[in-house]
This record gives sequence, C-alpha cells and structure tokens, in this order.
Amino acid sequence: MRNLKLLLLCAAIVGCAAVAVYADNSVLSKVLERYQAEGAASFSAENGEKMWTQKFNSDEEPLIRSCTTCHGTDLSKQGSHAKTGKIIEALAPSANPERFTDEEKIEKWFNRNCKWTLGRECTVQEKGDFLSFLSSK
Amino acid sequence: MISSPFLAVNNAGRMDIQQENTLKKIILLVALWAIPATAMAHDILGFPRHKGVEPVVNKKYSSSCGECHYAYHPGLLPSRSWKKLLEPKSLENHFGDNAELSEKDRLEVLAFLTENASETTWHFKRSVKITQSIPEDVTPLRISEVPYIKKKHMEIPREMVKDNPKVRSLAQCNKCHTEAVEKGQFSRTNVDIPNFRNWADLID
Ligand code: HEC
Ligand code: HEC
Ligand code: HEC
Repeated sequence: MRNLKLLLLCAAIVGCAAVAVYADNSVLSKVLERYQAEGAASFSAENGEKMWTQKFNSDEEPLIRSCTTCHGTDLSKQGSHAKTGKIIEALAPSANPERFTDEEKIEKWFNRNCKWTLGRECTVQEKGDFLSFLSSK
Repeated sequence: MISSPFLAVNNAGRMDIQQENTLKKIILLVALWAIPATAMAHDILGFPRHKGVEPVVNKKYSSSCGECHYAYHPGLLPSRSWKKLLEPKSLENHFGDNAELSEKDRLEVLAFLTENASETTWHFKRSVKITQSIPEDVTPLRISEVPYIKKKHMEIPREMVKDNPKVRSLAQCNKCHTEAVEKGQFSRTNVDIPNFRNWADLID
C-alpha cells in the first residue's frame, strides 16, 4: 500500500515535470509550425547564427547595427540595451527558462528588433532560423 | 429606539440620556463631515495630500513599456503627451528606437496612461506641479523636458548625468531616485546618484 502511494507520487511528479517541459516547447513548436504554414522551408540554426552577428547599416546613430548590439554574443549572459543601458536578461533558454514561452512576446520583439536592426521586418524563414539558433543555446 | 429632542422634552425623566445621545450623534456627524472637508480644503487651497506621483501599476503597461527603461508613472506627463507618444507612427520611431505594439495592446496602454495622467489628479503634488508648469499649447514628449522637471535638475552637472556611465541620461529617473519606481517618490531626500554619493555636497 505504502509502495503504491509512493509510486503514484513519483508518477505525479514525473508527469508534472514532463508537462512543464512539453508546455515550454509547445509554444516554440507552435510558432515554428505557423511559420512553415506561412511559407517557410525547413529551418537552419546555422543561418540564424550567421544573421545574428551580421552587421547592418543605418542612416541614424548607431550607424552599424546587429542583434549583438543589445544581446551580445554570449547568449547565456546578460546583455544591455544600446541606448538606455538597461540590463536585458540572457536569451539562452538554458540560462533563462522563461525565454520563448510567450508567442505574443516573441512576435512583439521580432517586429521591433528586426525593424530597428535590419531596417525592415524579418521574413518567416528568418524568424524561424533565429529561433532555431537561439533555442539551441 | 428613535432619539429625538422632541421626544426628550415630552418625557422629562429620560431627557438627560436623550439629549446626550443627540449630542453624540451631532458630534459624530460633524466629525464625519470634517474629515473629507479638510482634505478637500487641502486640495482646493493647493496642498495636495501626497508628495509624489501616484504609484499606479498595470501589467500590460509594465510589459509593453518597461523593458527598455522603467515604466514611467502616468502622472509624470499630461494625457496629451501620452496620446502623442502612443500614436503608431511615434512608436515606430520612439527616440530612435522601435517601441511598436499590437493595436490591442496599444489601446489598452493608452487608456491606462490617459486615465492616470498628470492632470487627472489634485492629490499628488508632483503631478500638479508638472501640469501647471507646461504651457497649454505645448505637448512635451519627454518628462525631462517638462519645465518643472527641467528646473529641478538645472544645477546637476553633466558629469553626474550624461557623462556618468551608470546614469547616461536624465530620462533614467530611477537610477537616482531610489524610491521612484515603487512609491512614486521623487523627493530630494531620497536621491542617490551612482558614483556621486556625496552629490549634495557638490551641488548647493
Ligand atoms: C536595441 C536593442 C536590441 C537589439 C539590437 C535587438 N534586441 Fe532583441 N530584445 C531587446 C529587448 C529590450 C528585448 C526584451 C527584453 C527582455 O525580454 O528581457 C528583446 C527581446 C528579444 C526576443 C524575445 C525573447 C523572448 O523572451 O521571447 C527575441 C526573440 C529577440 N529579442 C531577438 C532579437 C533579434 C533576432 C535581433 C536582431 C535582429 C535582436 N533581438 C536585436 C533589445 C534588442
Ligand atoms: C525598445 C525600447 C523601448 C521601449 C519598448 C519603450 N521605450 Fe520609451 N524610450 C526608449 C529610449 C531609448 C528612450 C530615450 C532615452 C534617453 O533619451 O535616454 C525612451 C524615452 C521615453 C520617454 C522620455 C523620457 C524622458 O523624460 O526623457 C518616455 C516618456 C517614454 N520613453 C515612454 C515610453 C512608453 C509609454 C513606452 C510604451 C509604449 C515606451 N517608452 C517603450 C526606449 C524604449
Ligand atoms: C542624475 C540623477 C538624477 C536623475 C537621472 C533624475 N533626477 Fe530628479 N533629482 C536629482 C537630484 C540630485 C535632485 C535634487 C536637486 C536639488 O535639490 O538641487 C532631483 C530633484 C527632483 C525633483 C524635485 C524633488 C524635490 O524635493 O524638490 C523631482 C520631482 C525629480 N527630481 C523628478 C525626476 C524625474 C521625473 C526624473 C526622470 C525624468 C528625474 N528626476 C531624473 C537627481 C536626478
């Protein structure tokens, strides 16, 4: 009897943990699936990484911009906002489990950061590549 | 039991108690009237009850406008300023940054800001001063350019603000005003300028 209770408890804990992990991934996979439904091919973390460090020109200060301007190159470390200096928590999910768990937030920041950095919106292919790269960290 | 002065006159034996009861009621009524009345008098005479700005919070606002700098209290600008800042075109180029929001979030944030803007309160001293210092035909987009705020910081040297790597701009209110974010307090008695703890000795 006692063993049975213990077993049930273990099962419950494992179950909850599994659900938590699944819930995390589910936002990400849902977003990636949507991008593919909107026309993207398969995603490449390698391309994502290349674009992450690529430099873009702008007419306004700062004249040279990249994703690393605010987020840095080591994604497991904090970054800091280029203009205000405000700390930006690490983007790597391994260092910051709350990352990429809120679809609206992801889209809000892709919209703002792509326009600011590249001077245009990112395509669904680019967004998927970025996410594949970032979520692997 | 109804206590009335007329009843008390008719029934001589209980007169004292009746009158005492009535007196108590009158005192209570006067007290109840006096508390709000004095508070109102304060406001009307220009002495708001609170010193800072109202520390209101709203989750959508914090997540939409608090990621690059602290989410400024709505009572730091009049509603016409918030309206202008929150136009889709302004958000797209927000002081050289992109602060765009989905239309749904934009409207929610705009409502919160205008409902709590500086001119909506007479209870918070800093908001009243801010409202009063701005000419009616002017719509500042920066808190740091509101005449009252500008005047308050006129004597702080550049090395403590722009050239101070831990502050960088007067827009970073919360770097120096340690009780600003949570309490809406901007009094000079709780200022701590990073790298210049002895600022008060350096500025007269
Ligand atoms: C001007 C500064 C800046 C630049 C440049 C920038 N970002 Fe960001 N980014 C931010 C800020 C601020 C946040 C939100 C802060 C937070 O969530 O801690 C953010 C958040 C994000 C998020 C949301 C993470 C989540 O939790 O869901 C993604 C994705 C992202 N950025 C990707 C990028 C990409 C891709 C680039 C380059 C195209 C880029 N960023 C360039 C400032 C910047
Ligand atoms: C992507 C980053 C970012 C986001 C998001 C953002 N801001 Fe800003 N904000 C800035 C920058 C950069 C400045 C200029 C700071 C400076 O001059 O030091 C600024 C300045 C301001 C100022 C003027 C400060 C002063 O007194 O000089 C106000 C007011 C303001 N923001 C309101 C908002 C509101 C309201 C929102 C939400 C709709 C918002 N901000 C979202 C980056 C951002
Ligand atoms: C570099 C640090 C610093 C920054 C940034 C800063 N302040 Fe101040 N503030 C001060 C100091 C110092 C005083 C006191 C000045 C004096 O008394 O000579 C002060 C005074 C004030 C006062 C008047 C307080 C009183 O007791 O009379 C207000 C209101 C105020 N600040 C609001 C703001 C707001 C709003 C912001 C952001 C837009 C801001 N401050 C940014 C340092 C700062």
